[in-house]
Amino acid sequence: MEDAGFIIGSYVVVFAVVGLLTGWVLRSGRRLAKRTPDADKYWT
Amino acid sequence: MTTTNPDPTDALAGGIPVSAPVVLSTGTRGTRVLGIATIVSMAWLVAFGLGFSPADRDQREAVRILYMHVPTIWVAYMAFVVTALSSAMVLYLGRGGRPQPLGWDRLAGASAEAGTAFVAVTLVVGALWGRLTWGVFWQWDARLTTTALLFVTYIGYLAVRRLGGTHQQRAKRSAVIGLIAVLEIPLVHWSVKLWRSLHQEATVLNTAGDIKMDGLMLFSLFIGVIAFTLFYVWLMLHRTRVMAMEDALEDRGLDDALVARRLEGTI
Repeated sequence: MEDAGFIIGSYVVVFAVVGLLTGWVLRSGRRLAKRTPDADKYWT
Repeated sequence: MTTTNPDPTDALAGGIPVSAPVVLSTGTRGTRVLGIATIVSMAWLVAFGLGFSPADRDQREAVRILYMHVPTIWVAYMAFVVTALSSAMVLYLGRGGRPQPLGWDRLAGASAEAGTAFVAVTLVVGALWGRLTWGVFWQWDARLTTTALLFVTYIGYLAVRRLGGTHQQRAKRSAVIGLIAVLEIPLVHWSVKLWRSLHQEATVLNTAGDIKMDGLMLFSLFIGVIAFTLFYVWLMLHRTRVMAMEDALEDRGLDDALVARRLEGTI
């Protein structure tokens, strides 16, 4: 594939950000859920 | 899925026994299904974007960046529109001295965070594409400059959300900015028509309604839009729940401090 570095690089950038956002939101959710009473978790 | 803890512990609230949390995440069955659908659609996107879709006559293989560039800016636009609509709800439902609805405020904030992240991604991916097609990573072109301005505006919006004050104050002041900031989106979209620009005009969302694009390319682009929209919805569900817990813990901390101060006064 021509210009593979740029093309694959763009996919890597996008999926890295998707992965970072996913990890950040899941980790912060687990951390806060340990300290928050279940009564404050409207999704339960 | 709430169950009672058989061994209540004195974990919070200044000596008042509180059941230890049993639900230890922001996930539900719905978010898990949505997460799986997102992963599957992302895998399809990679397969079609890098494999099945054909090379372009003019841009050749570089056209494959389109399947990342367009869906990410689509999600950013959608996220900022959701921020504006949620901001409008905050101001409308909180009019006349009524309390601002914090659920809408949290959605506005979470959506702005996602939009800002995706504008940044669009700019980086666009720079890579620009290097291949224009020979440069960046030009102070109308589309690129207005997009950069959009990014900076929402960084400002997020900074304002972190200023001090109560949740109600945060909701009200950020709602005003959220409504003003969204006016930049038409400017970004129409910038290629308003000014001379290196950036091409819209291929799919053009006013003529004439899509000059290969069917498989259009299908790959469609998968990209679906995949990133699913991810956006999944992210909003989790992030707004995290923000609700942050607000609840902040309120609880404030309540505890007030109780402690009152107890000091009675001793």
